[in-house]
Amino acid sequence: MKKIKIKVNGKVKTVLNNSKLSILLNNLNIPIKKVAIELNQEIIDKKKTNNIKLKRNDKIEIVHFIGGG
Amino acid sequence: MEEDNLKKDKLIIAKKKFVSRLIVGTGKYKSMSECAKAIKFSGAEIVTVAVRRVNISNKNKPLLMDYIDPKKITYLPNTAGCFNSKDALRTLRLAREIGGWKLVKLEVLGDKTNLFPDMIETLKTTEVLAKEGFKVMVYCNDDPLMAKHLENSGADAIMPLAAPIGSGLGILNKINIQIIRKQTKLPVIIDAGLGQASDATIAMELGCDGVLVNTAIAKAKKPFEMALAFKNAVVAGRQSYNSGRIGKTLMGNPSSPTEGII
Repeated sequence: MKKIKIKVNGKVKTVLNNSKLSILLNNLNIPIKKVAIELNQEIIDKKKTNNIKLKRNDKIEIVHFIGGG
Repeated sequence: MEEDNLKKDKLIIAKKKFVSRLIVGTGKYKSMSECAKAIKFSGAEIVTVAVRRVNISNKNKPLLMDYIDPKKITYLPNTAGCFNSKDALRTLRLAREIGGWKLVKLEVLGDKTNLFPDMIETLKTTEVLAKEGFKVMVYCNDDPLMAKHLENSGADAIMPLAAPIGSGLGILNKINIQIIRKQTKLPVIIDAGLGQASDATIAMELGCDGVLVNTAIAKAKKPFEMALAFKNAVVAGRQSYNSGRIGKTLMGNPSSPTEGII
């Protein structure tokens, strides 16, 4: 399978082409209920990460709540 | 009797009722456990939180939600660090996605040194958020006209600054705050710039519905004691406001009867 480069929270990651977003999230140990996810600036429905296949140059943002005023 | 009255006197934001009129920020603490403990001392039921990237290289980093239970304490996601409408909208849409929160604090800053809000961007963003069903508490300057514009744009609470964020200067323009309070039906919550507990009392005595404090508690030498001081100060200020203060006179007025003096 071909490998592609994507960006997760600004960092370059190498994944398999067409691999599922859910697998990436699982590998990164992301507590899915406590985050929000953007794929190329579009918010993703967290229930559907299994249906999303990663493409070259995809930009993923995973955010959560931290301390702030 | 008086205590019963105080319990009935609730802060209502977007139809939700809160007993505590003190909202605290969760930034600038030494640790998450220190933050969680300070919140307990403050008695706050609402805390502000920021939206940031998950640290993907450190998988074991503790999460805020592990320390502050969002089922017990209302999280108020903010847009701290946003300098335009686009970034603020993106941040709050993501915040809503994290856990279905609709109650949010909008702050769009205009200047990196004084941290004053950019009211043009703020107003625009308030309108969009209200249309999208958000309940928006809006950080703003202490300008009554701008506060009115925000109310007309669909804001759920007006949050005028006391002074620049983190400055600890206290309430700089009491008159404007009173005008803002008088002209609006919305809750007015003093946000930013308080330095000590008495500043919170003054805000409440001006008729404000609540105060938001972060730095003054988090950066105090003893944050837990300061959290408690602010809790008491807010209660004292509210009671004082509700009790109806005496008028001011130029000359003295003896407290003891002048009749029967020997």
